Amino acid sequence: MASAVTTTSRGQGRGRAGWVWALPPVAVLAVVLLYPLALVVQQSVTPDEGSTSLTPYADVFASESFRSALGTTVWLAVGSTVGCLVLGFALALVIAFVPFPGGKAVAKFIDVFLSFPSFLITLALLFIYGTVGMANGVWTDATGASEGPFHFLTTPWGVLLAEITYFTPFVMRPLLAAFSQLDTAQLEVASSLGARPARIVRKVILPEALPALAAGGSLVLVMCLNEFGIVLFTGAKDVTTLPMLVYGKAILESDYPAACVVAVVNIALSVGLYTLYRTVSRRVGA
Amino acid sequence: MLVHSRAGKWGTWALFLLLFVPLFAVPLLVIVAASFSTNWSGAFPSGPTAGNYTAATSGDSLQALTTSLVTALCASLLALALGTWAALAAASLRKPGKRLLDALFMLPVAVPSVVVGLAVLVAFSKPPLLLNGTRWIVILAHTVLVTAFAYQSVAAAIRRLDPMYEQAAASLGARPAHVLWRIKLPLLLPSLTAAAGLCFALSMGELSATMMLYPPDWTPLPVQIFAATDRGSLFTGAAVSVVLMGTTLLVLLAVSRIRTRASYR
Repeated sequence: MASAVTTTSRGQGRGRAGWVWALPPVAVLAVVLLYPLALVVQQSVTPDEGSTSLTPYADVFASESFRSALGTTVWLAVGSTVGCLVLGFALALVIAFVPFPGGKAVAKFIDVFLSFPSFLITLALLFIYGTVGMANGVWTDATGASEGPFHFLTTPWGVLLAEITYFTPFVMRPLLAAFSQLDTAQLEVASSLGARPARIVRKVILPEALPALAAGGSLVLVMCLNEFGIVLFTGAKDVTTLPMLVYGKAILESDYPAACVVAVVNIALSVGLYTLYRTVSRRVGA
Repeated sequence: MLVHSRAGKWGTWALFLLLFVPLFAVPLLVIVAASFSTNWSGAFPSGPTAGNYTAATSGDSLQALTTSLVTALCASLLALALGTWAALAAASLRKPGKRLLDALFMLPVAVPSVVVGLAVLVAFSKPPLLLNGTRWIVILAHTVLVTAFAYQSVAAAIRRLDPMYEQAAASLGARPAHVLWRIKLPLLLPSLTAAAGLCFALSMGELSATMMLYPPDWTPLPVQIFAATDRGSLFTGAAVSVVLMGTTLLVLLAVSRIRTRASYR
């Protein structure tokens, strides 16, 4: 009993000293992030006259541009995430279970790919599928037509292609880590019992990969919701996502209350999803 | 081994290359190829030139490169200091406190970068802290954004640390500060340099918050690339992009060399 008491009191002492050490970084974070975010929320309920009201929310929610931006953001993010999951799973499957010379180099390449900014993908796509790019050039040379058939870059499909390209490696990395811990003996046993590859993938590999897929997928979903560079570089007038709307309202129109309202909606959406991601990945230990 | 037949294996590999090469390798190659040309309206670029690099390494673009390097260096060092301190402090807390610190320091990952930019702009455009229009507002925003990644990787490294070393040192009478300085930090050094490299790369490529904040005399490389492509100089933009990728890779390589030397110690 006595020992239990001393342990608790020591634990409390440790906790208090720990909090003293935790205070300085938390204080810095409060000044540079929490206070600014609080100001955004405050600004969003304070239209120019200075009185508190919810009219900015009513105005923004009623506007057509906000509704379409919200719709575009969500369907682009969901579409990209599904694309990344399917593509990332297929590619990681080959790297891990049908190994080939150079597979290590491919995994390294993916790590390097992750350290480049996203807008480079859109820039590259401009050269490949742009109005005077590679694909259209080949088409006009081959058929003699005055212009090529590829005009999807300035539509949501161009953004979707760029996002799938850029974010797939974020799914592949946790998958490759999960696959490297899978006991290959299981596969050999299943295979020697006559299971075909499709069945092995479905019955043995997929269940093992689910936690990594869930973690990678929800991370990519959050990142797609927040993506700005890819959309900005496509330069399409009719593809507006929530981050683009924040930028447009604040910088191009100087309408700060409206920008802050959109920002609050965007924060709610992505912080909510991110909390879900953390809960999922903690529960599955990925 | 999932596929056993020879034909099946080759078929799988062919499918892999068919997906992998156009999606991931071609975009990077295309940017490099475009940076050396003046025109691209066929299967291959035409008009080979090194002129884009003359434009990309002089005048505004050169200034943008130094701007980016200074910003990334300041931001990653500040973020590393802040993130490491927070991660070490969190490790000595019990569960609820650790959870709280995790949530606070991971917040910049979840909040969209554009919104972080907007928040910093709103908060630091008025007294008492008037930073708008100076380079410090850009450096501050970059620090906020990359701190989360520094915190995350250092916290993960602390979890992997064997507590035996510090317990042994403490049982031999070493004071906490001594244990931290001589045991914990040296053991964490490889992860610290890796985190620094990650922060540097992220800051070099940061565009979203920077677009909200940059003053005219402090334009980092990504903004310069956007300005070039926006006015139609795609090929100059490609050359500046190659400079950006090259610099990032060089710094990552240098950082990984520090890491290997440290891990042999």
